[in-house]
Amino acid sequence: MSVPISITINGKIYESEVDSRLLLVQYLRETLRLTGTHVGCDTSSCGACTIIVDGKAIKSCTMLAAQAHGATIITIEGLANNGALHPLQESFKEEHGLQCGFCTPGMIMTALQLLEDNPQPSEAEIRHGLEGNYCRCTGYHNIVKAIYHASRKMGKEVVHG
Amino acid sequence: MIPSEFEYFRAGSVKEALELLNEKGPDAKILAGGHSLIPAMKLRFNNPGALIDIGGISELNYIREENDVLAIGAATTHADLAASGLLNSSLPMLAETAATIGDIQVRNKGTIGGSLAHADPAADWPAALLAAEAEVIITSRSESRVVAIADFFQGLFTTDLGDAELITEIRVPLPPANTRSTYLKFEQPASRFAIVGCAAMVTRNNGSFGNVRVAFTGVSASPFRDHGIEQALEGQPADGAQLHEACKLAGNGVDVMGDHFASKEYRTHLAVVFAERALKVVTGQG
Repeated sequence: MSVPISITINGKIYESEVDSRLLLVQYLRETLRLTGTHVGCDTSSCGACTIIVDGKAIKSCTMLAAQAHGATIITIEGLANNGALHPLQESFKEEHGLQCGFCTPGMIMTALQLLEDNPQPSEAEIRHGLEGNYCRCTGYHNIVKAIYHASRKMGKEVVHG
Repeated sequence: MIPSEFEYFRAGSVKEALELLNEKGPDAKILAGGHSLIPAMKLRFNNPGALIDIGGISELNYIREENDVLAIGAATTHADLAASGLLNSSLPMLAETAATIGDIQVRNKGTIGGSLAHADPAADWPAALLAAEAEVIITSRSESRVVAIADFFQGLFTTDLGDAELITEIRVPLPPANTRSTYLKFEQPASRFAIVGCAAMVTRNNGSFGNVRVAFTGVSASPFRDHGIEQALEGQPADGAQLHEACKLAGNGVDVMGDHFASKEYRTHLAVVFAERALKVVTGQG
């Protein structure tokens, strides 16, 4: 069954006819070729597919594209501003918050909501906030450091790209 | 992983959802947050012919107090429940339970009504809502009915909900003053589902335990109230001397599950330990 959808992604409106069973992550990656969002486990465990839907971190492998009709979405591609990295992206670079990089987009999108809810989190709060994101390189220490660093850099101003 | 084909309908109101449900028949399923249903459909454990999406119905999304009852709209997310000022001040056990479910992404999408309708034996809500003696409002095209939470769960992934019915509200009576409650669980570390979850609620009456309620999830195919422990503690002095002995009754008379996460014996042991921990918290001995 074909379903019409209209979604705002990274500030741009996309209108499509999608198969009812198309997952949101497939729509982003395969229809729109926004491949920054990754598919890891495909079972809502690993968090590599995390994006922001209407201000909330969501696992896009467990949402239908049809469910996102009318939503405002931010993906990793929407964070940098005219080539200037978002403070979270900068901090991941500075603090070596990535090894293979596969989990990074999901980590950063979850961190974006974490810092929105709690702009100055403790290390423990960051670790708890990342419970839905796996890093199979097990590089968690530097990921936590990167988010902590970004939070202090950003102060209370959390900028969406 | 891709689900089998289905028709998709976005309902704008409860009335429209019920009409679609009636029209599409038993092959239709309600889609709320989809965090139980979509994974099951991707694995093709569940292949509904039609999905009726109630995720955008604002009349199902609320938390309010009405005459000493907390009324929760069925499509309210776990994240909203965890963050609710009303729940945190009036019955914090419910907010604490919401906060232990899955992870932040799952809580942002999963709903309380969806969790109840799915009736996963390891879900967190059932224990807390059984201890709180909640009621489920179930609505069809022709009527609305009230079901006590203890009668709602009927076995593994099985509930009292009929094919043409929708959970519209969860009602939780506010407990009397001097009542404390908590929900503790031993969780599966990857999914955070409860291997054993225990909710306890106790009212302190002039130095003795009253209104003792202990409920388990994860222990058997259906969540249950543990009347053995409750009766052993009801009316007992609040010094806690009876507590340890009473908790040894945990799971008595229940068909305890055994699986690759925990054997039957280990689960029974966890039930005893978690009943004691939860009761120590609510009786101020934690």
